[in-house]
Amino acid sequence: MTALLELTDVTKTFGGVVANDAISLSVKQGTIVGLIGPNGSGKTTLFNAITGVIPIDSGSIRFGGREISELLPGDIARIGIIRTFQQPRIYRAISARANMLVSASIRTVPFARLFHRAEPEAEERAVELLDFVGLAAKQDELAGDLSFGQQKLLELAMALINEPEMLLLDEPTAGINPVLIDSLIDRLKTANRERGLTLLVIEHNMPVIMGLAEQIYCLAHGRLLAHGAPDHVKSDARVLEAYLGAA
Amino acid sequence: MIGNLQILIDAPALSLQLLIDGILVGAVFALAAYGLALVWGVTNVINVAQGEFVMLGGFITVFCADQGLPPLIAVPIAATALYVLGWVLFQLVIVHLVGRDMFNSVLATFGIAIVMQQLMAHVFGGADRIVESGLGSWFFLDGLIGIAKVKVVVFAACIALGMTLALFLARSRAGQAIRATAQEPRAASVLGIETRRVYALTFALNAAICGAAGALAAMAYTIHAYGGLAYTIRSFMIVVVAGLGNLAGVVWAALGLGVAENFAGFILGAQYQIAFVFGLLVAVLVFRNWRLKRKRLTLR
Amino acid sequence: MPDALALTPTRLILIAAFLLCGVVAPLAAPAYQTQLTELLLFIVFALAWDLVGGQMGYNSFGNVLFVGVGMYVCAIVQVGLFYNVGLYTEARGGGTEFIFDESQFLIGLAVGLPGAALVSALIAWLLGSLVLTMRGHYFAICTLGLGIAAGQVAAGIPWIGAGSGMLTPNPPDSLGDVGLLLYYLSLGLAVTCALTFAWLLSTRFGLALNAIRDDEDKAEAMGLNTHAAKVTAWVIAAAFLGVAGALYGNLVRFIDPINTAFAGATIGVWMILMALLGGRGTLLGPIVGAIVFQVTKELFWTYMLGWQRVALGVLIVLVAVFFPYGIVGFFRDRFKDKGRPAEEAP
Repeated sequence: MTALLELTDVTKTFGGVVANDAISLSVKQGTIVGLIGPNGSGKTTLFNAITGVIPIDSGSIRFGGREISELLPGDIARIGIIRTFQQPRIYRAISARANMLVSASIRTVPFARLFHRAEPEAEERAVELLDFVGLAAKQDELAGDLSFGQQKLLELAMALINEPEMLLLDEPTAGINPVLIDSLIDRLKTANRERGLTLLVIEHNMPVIMGLAEQIYCLAHGRLLAHGAPDHVKSDARVLEAYLGAA
Repeated sequence: MIGNLQILIDAPALSLQLLIDGILVGAVFALAAYGLALVWGVTNVINVAQGEFVMLGGFITVFCADQGLPPLIAVPIAATALYVLGWVLFQLVIVHLVGRDMFNSVLATFGIAIVMQQLMAHVFGGADRIVESGLGSWFFLDGLIGIAKVKVVVFAACIALGMTLALFLARSRAGQAIRATAQEPRAASVLGIETRRVYALTFALNAAICGAAGALAAMAYTIHAYGGLAYTIRSFMIVVVAGLGNLAGVVWAALGLGVAENFAGFILGAQYQIAFVFGLLVAVLVFRNWRLKRKRLTLR
Repeated sequence: MPDALALTPTRLILIAAFLLCGVVAPLAAPAYQTQLTELLLFIVFALAWDLVGGQMGYNSFGNVLFVGVGMYVCAIVQVGLFYNVGLYTEARGGGTEFIFDESQFLIGLAVGLPGAALVSALIAWLLGSLVLTMRGHYFAICTLGLGIAAGQVAAGIPWIGAGSGMLTPNPPDSLGDVGLLLYYLSLGLAVTCALTFAWLLSTRFGLALNAIRDDEDKAEAMGLNTHAAKVTAWVIAAAFLGVAGALYGNLVRFIDPINTAFAGATIGVWMILMALLGGRGTLLGPIVGAIVFQVTKELFWTYMLGWQRVALGVLIVLVAVFFPYGIVGFFRDRFKDKGRPAEEAP
């Protein structure tokens, strides 16, 4: 399997703080990779760098072999990288279903195709995905009226209906009802298995990420601390120290 | 237009005249812009009626002069009257807009501007007014350059007012309360600063500043009931160029605008001077946005 | 939301009734023909503003730019097809040399109206790329500047009458009641506008506009071509504003660059007020708002002559501060509170 996403020595500094210090990371096509580390270790900054929200100081980011570090967020989305946020970002003044419809394959259809009603298949998929995340009953509610956890689920559903090549999830289970977490993880694994959806996931929930990811990268203070299979990283002394030390 | 450019090239003294006049009027712009930045920075409200406050101050001077009073006395009168007006407007209208979407404050203050424009036109008429100071001018270079003494007085007064304001904000307790609230309203409120009073004070203070600036301006420049919007746009432009909180920048940008406007008025013709100001605003905003875009940010 | 615009039988009946009223009104109440025509054009102004403002979140204070452009372009075409425009404006009103017969007048309109739409759309397209990159209040003030500057520039062009403005062609007496013609043209425009927008808002494009309003960066990050969407909405709105402006110019006959064509402190802000009053971000809101506004304005003009503009200014403040969700928004909230699902006002 080839590396779909390849970061090489990515560095980003804000003022005097080195948020990302020569991070090298690779995500193989069709795999699930976890990104862990104490708060402030630079994980979300790395996501911002990958998705083009912030320019990087040095290093390279390649997606499917193509250098993307100079691209703007819109272009990166259209290449197939979609991302969710720690604080869920949804369209507050329209309904949950509308949120889904406006996200459905929007990056692949030509602009002119927007001037049609949503296709029945898209409507079906929207309701199906909403049902999966448990929001079917709320589909006509304004997204802004949903609870934090419901908004996160909606955001995830929106990302899935967009059918990306690669999904970057920023703490997908934070704020989610624990009862739902297992089925959520199942769905992510299914999407990965059946559609070859590649995932890069930031998580603080250790059991979740250990069970989900095939590879884990651990960041601390902007630097890459360790990486490898979950069991290997879990017992790495430096990782334990970074978490315990930071607490 | 080309002809006018040619005149400028042939007579450099004329350029110097335009430059000096531009700097002199720029001080008035700077004061109005400072006030706008103050309100914007503290309450996050954009006061589109800023220019109307200035015009009203100017009309107070006109009124005083018409009554036979010395024009300078109008300055404290205007400042006080507008302070009161600002306070009242805040309590009636602005207080509801703080913390809400900025569109509401732009629209509401635009409404206030329209009301003020119409009232001023009713009371003072729609014609241009100016107060003759009778002070005469200094002449240099064999009479090629004339500097109206009253313009220098206005310039000096505006600078003095601006510095007083800056000192007030930096040293006085009220000033510090204002600055604290601007930076972190919740923390300020926790520390016992009544944010609502600070907001009211700031808005009223801004109105007073505009009133004083207008009162001074009327002695050297024309005032008219519909001239407010141009002042508002100038203030906005200066603040955008200088950035909130950058007092020195406001001064430089204001003086620069005064000069640019003077030159444009000469080269393009007086009737296009206002169009130039508005057009320059658009250019400044577009340019600013483009610069930010390269760093992948947007003007917020 | 696509479903909210579905054509239920109740709605169809109401729309038919409304259309019937529209067709019959000028015949039933000829004294109000001008006001009714004005109302129809105001509906278009409000709808067009709301497309970019309420639906897309780009609150423009300078849409009056396109109204003015439409006004002038149409008048220029109406005159210019048959006479020298410069000479016409010099003659200040046509006098006896500038007579328009039936066919000339009608052809002038027939070419002028689409011309107004095209030129407005073109200018919108050119400006859009610059101006739509700005957000929020920067966009608002920038468009304000554009709108007013256009008036100042127009006031300096002698060819179109400079500060004195120009008159639209005198309709020939043989044509009968031109006011009636203008009324039905305006009705046609208003209906076309409402139907077009209803369609647009039922497509994913409408949702895309809402997405841009609610979180533009998110929409871009989800792969939406926000720039194309923004410019498209802006251009569509401009086209409708241009035609409405052209008809308005023919209605008031006298086009003045500061007070009529590019009147930021009147038409420019009225269209915002109407959309807000009725309920921004809805299809019905601007229509309702225009009706309420027109009635209020007429009342002010009749009973508060001399102070009517002050009254309107106060109204603007009141609406902006206390009533930002407008009439339709108010009813929506009430129905929601009663436990019913969010229902369209009929």
